[in-house]
Amino acid sequence: MSEEKEPVEVLRTPVELDYTYSAGVSASRFLRAVEQGKLLGQRCPVDGRVYFPSRGSCPQHGVPIEGEPVELSDRGTIVTFSVNRVPSENIDLELPYAAIQVLLDGADTTLFHVLGECSIDDVRMGMRVEAVWRPRDEWTISMQNIRYFKPSGEPDAPFESYQEHI
Amino acid sequence: MRDVAVVAFTQSPSVRCEANRNETEILIPVIHEIKQQTGLATEDIGFICSGSSDYLAGQSFAFVAGLDAIGAWPPVSESHVEMDGAWALYEAWVKLQIEDADVALVYGFGKPSMGDLPRTMALQLDPYSVMPLWPDAVSMAALQARSCLEAGVISEREMAQVAVRDRANALNNPFAQVKGEFDVDALLAEPMLVSPLRKHDCSPISDGACAMVIAAGDRARELCERPAWIRGFEHILEPQDLGVRDLTRSRSTEIAAEKAGAHSDKIDVAEVYAPFTHQSILLERALGLGDAAVVNPSGGALAANPLMAAGLTRVGEASRRVWEGQADRAVAHATSGPCLQQNLVVVLEGN
Repeated sequence: MSEEKEPVEVLRTPVELDYTYSAGVSASRFLRAVEQGKLLGQRCPVDGRVYFPSRGSCPQHGVPIEGEPVELSDRGTIVTFSVNRVPSENIDLELPYAAIQVLLDGADTTLFHVLGECSIDDVRMGMRVEAVWRPRDEWTISMQNIRYFKPSGEPDAPFESYQEHI
Repeated sequence: MRDVAVVAFTQSPSVRCEANRNETEILIPVIHEIKQQTGLATEDIGFICSGSSDYLAGQSFAFVAGLDAIGAWPPVSESHVEMDGAWALYEAWVKLQIEDADVALVYGFGKPSMGDLPRTMALQLDPYSVMPLWPDAVSMAALQARSCLEAGVISEREMAQVAVRDRANALNNPFAQVKGEFDVDALLAEPMLVSPLRKHDCSPISDGACAMVIAAGDRARELCERPAWIRGFEHILEPQDLGVRDLTRSRSTEIAAEKAGAHSDKIDVAEVYAPFTHQSILLERALGLGDAAVVNPSGGALAANPLMAAGLTRVGEASRRVWEGQADRAVAHATSGPCLQQNLVVVLEGN
């Protein structure tokens, strides 16, 4: 009988494939606007809801979204949050900080971001916030152009104004 | 067997490179058009199934973005195959057979222009002994063509004749990418691409999408004046390893055609998914097409090959001939895997 060899447990087969990627028409328009410090949403032709970021179709009704995008304010309302105590190399806030879902004024979908200049003891649903942009010469085609949101000092938004977006 | 029919089909024009639109944006107008054509809203559709490939998109779960084209809220019953949409059609057909739904939407989409397609296709090969050598898809097909030529079962002239036929047929297809009147001798004078394949022997690389609605019984009759009834449906798989297969015929197509009942009566029209000319010859034989059958009236995959949609497009194009009364009985075929590894056959009838 032949000698039993050790089973092969590792086989190196490096896979390298290059792609020429396009974000698409809608996402490209959104990102080019972010590069200029503008936040663009798009309106669903069926019920008028404004999606942010803008996208090529309404994911609820499955209809193409055409026409002019809607420019949104960089202020909004926290609809929910969690407290993060785990460091991330992409976020330069001191721990702990709040990760927040923000309903921008004029939008019907929420945006993920982080909350700065605010103690985690103070963060709450309904809190009004505004964007803190990085210096203009650091802007790229990224939502990181907004460094974080901070409390705007306005009175809290009433629950009814954001309850369907939680 | 429950009566289920193809009642609607839409497709995007096939193009070499959709530079600006992403996969979802290619799909959106195709889905929108089929909903308008049929008058169906998302809530009228009992099941949705799609075919696409994350390897083409270069992203994991890339197909999920395709759901933006559907409108998946309230939530929908949905599934996906990492294969051509023709196999998504099979899943949807089974769903209708077990009476889980009466109407299904099927779609396929792909944007292979993003990557190096012949190289990407190497990833479907045996991962231990073959794929690390990175054989590209054209070279794999050339191995098969060479074995067919050496066995004397096909000739280079017959291969060129397939290209001439399909490119001429494509003149009537507004969605096709490669079309025109060509001369067999002129094509044979062209240089080899990967011997024994010349450029005309190979399908183009195409970005594109297509969508189809199938429906059962009276629902089908409501949605279409002359539905294309699915009378047989089968798909059969051969081993992955080329060395254990007979490359000079397509046994799996022969068996699938037999089981689908393709041979039980005359065939008026056949739409064959042959990415290479020699494969078209093998497939036409395996399907047992008589001289009366019109083959690839759309131009087939040699005229437009939107990967992950091209197989489903064969079913759509064959169905169209039934709807329009040009065929009482049509056969559609789709393939997957290297050198015709897996083959699917659908038999469609007007009555």
